[in-house]
Amino acid sequence: MAEPILSVEELSVRIAGLHILQGVSFTVAPTGVTVLLGRNGVGKTTTLRAIVGLTPPAGEVRGTIRMGAQSLLARPTHRLVRGGLGYVPEDRCVFAGLTVAENLRLAERRGTTPAYDKVFALFPELDRRGRQRAGSLSGGQQQMLAIGRVLLNDNRLLLVDEPTKGLAPKVVTEVAEVLERVAESVPVLLVEQNLAVVRRLARDAVVLAAGQVAWAGDAQQLLLETALTKSLLGVGSAEVQH
Amino acid sequence: MDTIVLLTLTGLGLAALYFLVASGLSLVFGLADVLNFAHGLFLGVGAYATWWAAGNLPGAGADGLGFLVAVAFGVAAGTLVAVLVELVLIRPLYSRTIEQVLVTVGLSLAGVALLQATWGADARPFPRPDWTRQVTSILGANVPNGGLLLIIAAVVVLGALLAFLRWTRYGLVIRAGVENREMVTALGIDVRKAFTLVFAIGGAAAALAGALGGVYFGTVSPGQGGSLLIFAFIVVVIGGMGSVVGSAYAAVAVGLLQQFVNYYGTSGLGDVCVVGLLAVVLLLRPQGIAGKVATA
Repeated sequence: MAEPILSVEELSVRIAGLHILQGVSFTVAPTGVTVLLGRNGVGKTTTLRAIVGLTPPAGEVRGTIRMGAQSLLARPTHRLVRGGLGYVPEDRCVFAGLTVAENLRLAERRGTTPAYDKVFALFPELDRRGRQRAGSLSGGQQQMLAIGRVLLNDNRLLLVDEPTKGLAPKVVTEVAEVLERVAESVPVLLVEQNLAVVRRLARDAVVLAAGQVAWAGDAQQLLLETALTKSLLGVGSAEVQH
Repeated sequence: MDTIVLLTLTGLGLAALYFLVASGLSLVFGLADVLNFAHGLFLGVGAYATWWAAGNLPGAGADGLGFLVAVAFGVAAGTLVAVLVELVLIRPLYSRTIEQVLVTVGLSLAGVALLQATWGADARPFPRPDWTRQVTSILGANVPNGGLLLIIAAVVVLGALLAFLRWTRYGLVIRAGVENREMVTALGIDVRKAFTLVFAIGGAAAALAGALGGVYFGTVSPGQGGSLLIFAFIVVVIGGMGSVVGSAYAAVAVGLLQQFVNYYGTSGLGDVCVVGLLAVVLLLRPQGIAGKVATA
């Protein structure tokens, strides 16, 4: 098996006295999509935020996180991102007061050529709406902007947190298509609740429960086992939309 | 009519002073979440450095180009102190609000004490060009030139700040950081550099306010920064944290209200009305005129 792009070992996160994660260990394959699953509040977003160094200052993080041979813990977020760790947060977090073009310009990095061609090929809408304030975009358009911002630069690994949350079914399909194309060139660690999207994209799955890894393995296999998905995720794979 | 014109222009002069102090304060709070009670110290440093330079610095003086050199020296001194305060005292305390307040309040008190110990507690006459002591007749009103100078300076600073926020890379980072600082770092940007920059901008504007405030009042005293800071905080809250444009609107509202009420009511009533205006804004629009957006 190829060396994982990311390895998380015994990751524990405590915030305001609460143990959100307790000894979480998993790896992310160097290609394709690894999906992080679990019911609400089990620590999926906390895991992604710990990886990218965004645990609140009052929080406590222990364990080991490595991208390749490089240790990520204790490094500032901006350095991790410049080192090739792309992060698309939950709820998009576009800058509502800035235009679409300004949101993209903010992601440009000195000394590199931003891949506007690639981003506009994936999201032609962003090119057309360059002068529009990001706050006035629809949820789907904001999600495209959030992903497009990250794709302007080369990434070694993408962390994508619930990209289809709150989107209309048609837009969910569009976002899934884009992520599928993106995952052809860069590995993705995806947090996703929509099992139809998981079925379409994910090769590997890690399921969290009560702040710990409850299951890890082949994502498609997981979805075939109705009883398992029911017990781990609270939804049977038969209920997955196609 | 001439009274109205005079009150309006002197009110705008006061507003200009408030804006110069409040604009930096607002950006610092909006971006870095730092409630900087030491901001008045930057004003004091600017005022005293200008006063000192006019009498001691070669090439500087109380008139003509020499006065410009003295003001430039004052602004540079205020900027330097602001940058040092951010790097040495504030940077280790980001996201520790209580410690920040304690440090900046302590620094403010220590700064005033230091100025008093060095140059005495009494107000000292401020060196200023002769033409600033004179008046200009506008629509029948004799308006002090010192006030007009403040208005012009504030308009130039407002324009420069808006151009900076609108057209430069760092301006973009600051506008984004005021909205969501965490997301700026998640795009690979070291937001701490922007923190230092807004402290430098705020320090420069406050120091300019100190230098031109000295011209306006004719004197400089150690406590000047602290008393102006109270109204600057009110301007920041009314204008909206992080908004330069909001600060400008709020400064005009506060300056005019103070001037007119103090003239037509009793002296001091204007200050009370300003606090009343603050209460009304907080009740009706808690986020201030412009909310938390670094408008450009």
